[in-house]
Amino acid sequence: MTQEQQGGQSADTSGFIGHTGAKIFHQMLLEEGVDIIFGYPGGSVLPIFDELYDTPIQFILTRHEQGACHMADGYARSTGKTGVVLATSGPGATNLVTGLATAMMDSIPMVAFTGQVKSHLIGNDAFQEADTTGITRPVCKHNYLCKDVNDLGRIIKEAFHIASSGRPGPVLVDIPVDITVAKAEKEPDFSMSLPGYKPRGGRGNERQVKLACEAINNAERPVLYVGGGVILSNGSEALRAIAQKGKLPTTTTLLGLGAFDETDPLSLKMLGMHGTAYANHAVQQSDCLVSVGARFDDRVTGDLTKFAPKAKIIHIDIDPASISKTVSVDIPLVGDAKCILEQMLPYIETKERPQWHGQIDEWKKKYPLAYKAEGNIKPQEVIDQLGKMTDHDAIIATGVGQHQMWAAQFYGWTKPRQIQTSGGLGTMGYGVPAAIGAQFGNPDKLVVDIDGDGSFSMTMVEIITAVRYDMPTKFIVLDNDYLGMVRQWQEMFYSRRYSGVAHPCPEFTMIARGYGAQAAKITDRSELADGLNEMINSDGPYVLHVCVEQEENVFPMVAAGKALDDMVMGELI
Amino acid sequence: MKHVISAIVENQPGVLAHVAGMFAARGYNIDSLVVGRTEDPALSRMTIVVIGDEQVLEQVRKQLEKVINVVRVRDFMDADYIQRDMMLIRVHVTPEKRPEVLALVEMFRAKAVDICRNSMMVEIAGPEDKIEAFIDLVRPYGIHELARTGIIAMQRGKSKTGSETQNGKA
Repeated sequence: MTQEQQGGQSADTSGFIGHTGAKIFHQMLLEEGVDIIFGYPGGSVLPIFDELYDTPIQFILTRHEQGACHMADGYARSTGKTGVVLATSGPGATNLVTGLATAMMDSIPMVAFTGQVKSHLIGNDAFQEADTTGITRPVCKHNYLCKDVNDLGRIIKEAFHIASSGRPGPVLVDIPVDITVAKAEKEPDFSMSLPGYKPRGGRGNERQVKLACEAINNAERPVLYVGGGVILSNGSEALRAIAQKGKLPTTTTLLGLGAFDETDPLSLKMLGMHGTAYANHAVQQSDCLVSVGARFDDRVTGDLTKFAPKAKIIHIDIDPASISKTVSVDIPLVGDAKCILEQMLPYIETKERPQWHGQIDEWKKKYPLAYKAEGNIKPQEVIDQLGKMTDHDAIIATGVGQHQMWAAQFYGWTKPRQIQTSGGLGTMGYGVPAAIGAQFGNPDKLVVDIDGDGSFSMTMVEIITAVRYDMPTKFIVLDNDYLGMVRQWQEMFYSRRYSGVAHPCPEFTMIARGYGAQAAKITDRSELADGLNEMINSDGPYVLHVCVEQEENVFPMVAAGKALDDMVMGELI
Repeated sequence: MKHVISAIVENQPGVLAHVAGMFAARGYNIDSLVVGRTEDPALSRMTIVVIGDEQVLEQVRKQLEKVINVVRVRDFMDADYIQRDMMLIRVHVTPEKRPEVLALVEMFRAKAVDICRNSMMVEIAGPEDKIEAFIDLVRPYGIHELARTGIIAMQRGKSKTGSETQNGKA
């Protein structure tokens, strides 16, 4: 294998003829403005790694490809840029699957590159061969198998375009190793001829916009229900303007947290299975529900047949397939959330609706989120205190489970792109790598992973990645020695028959120190404030192991299959 | 209820897998799926018969449109269209019964394409119900083998499109 002489790399894409596939790969990444790649090397990507030997692009070696994928995801969510992952063929590629599916469900822009065995060996069960495009097709927005080096430049350009436009999502490019050493004989076709891909972005239909605004203006009990689409379209400011002008109570989904400042009196915080009672009641009583960049997920709606029964439903979404998928919509508006919100603003009238706001205030007083700071440390108070001590301004990642819901309920979200959490797929183990990925995108910001002992255990190996690359990411492990959310369901619905949920934990502080991070363990309330303070003010990566109440439950809770306002409230609410 | 959907797709490897995978992943039932070339070598036409109510049909259409290599989707819900299925069927026919069966063949404007001592192969094309009727009629003689292409469909003249949606992609 003869490699081109490597010299000073530049973003010069004027010529591709005579360049190897690996060089074209590198040129295209520079052209696309990629500044960081998360990945893991292997046999079939050797020529690519050779090309990256003295690249100006930062390459982050993770300890597992799944970690690389989640880091790229956290990087993308927190910065709005497209995350880039690179892995080898076979197991390298299959280890990406969870990360790709996570990004797909939450519409996160990402481009994954995988090596593949030599073209002529494909289908022969060669060493480290897997049908990567076949395996990843359902978990990607699109994918490519590049079979000709002359197509590689075009494919990479298209991949970045598809990943980041319309409803974003992951795109995978599978590159056989012989393609990376073959030399191009033609310039790539950059015409972006994608006859089957014309994403709906931009403005909505003007007539529909007016119709929607009319419905909102005429409503007595309007509610804005906001999802991750508003964050993806950078539409938070437009949302705030509409909500405040129209005095519209606003609730967000898990992925929408931060799209609307929760300190705003109009905020109803999160809705859904573990949403606030006042958000859920407001939605159920609403006569005009305006969904912006959300998709009526079953964790949001509860029993569909009883969902928002009195409401006229307006649905703003970039994906026509989301419209009337589960809930039948009265006024659909297809387009970019930000554009449509800006279009709507002039038509929205300021209305007081004292009765509606009075009712909501009453619910807020009656059903506040609550916990009792007694006995063992409560997981909620850790998050509550963290929120106050960080001025609700830190970037927060989470795993999946009880701690994720408590984080959603108690941190106090003020800014878009502040939360990194796996909403759609519910991927345990997402928190550690996502936090580190977000830190790479925001090196000067405080990034904290609020994790559970279960989720943390799945991917804690990546702490060494934070240590190695001097990323000062903080990790709080809320340790209850249980897989808490499953235990809660077993307690509530399976007569406390705890099956497969006891989760004894190792001494996380020793593990963290073994990786080279600082660490502390706290078991008593009296240590909490100081413990958090020391963590926040530490220089490097830091693991704070907090032993919390073992059988604390997340409330309110809408049990599966129940109506949204049929909540189990717990004793304190 | 059966619905006929026609999709123009880019003629590229993996498109069929993508479309078939999407159907499987979303739990839609395919009654038949036909892929063939079109007048443009870069494009193929898939004609898909799905089973489901109107809401399912709408979702199928939208999800199909989301597949990057699918260029255009049309359903024939409210359209006046021609549908054709073609079948090869080998029927057990003894020499004595030949005239009877040939009369049926004639009546259905089908064609006997192969005859041997104890069987006859018939080629027949037409709308699905015609094919079904023919099968019913020859069943008593005994069916050796049967192959059908599945439905292809096209809208009748004038307006080029039915309820066509183009590239509603996100």
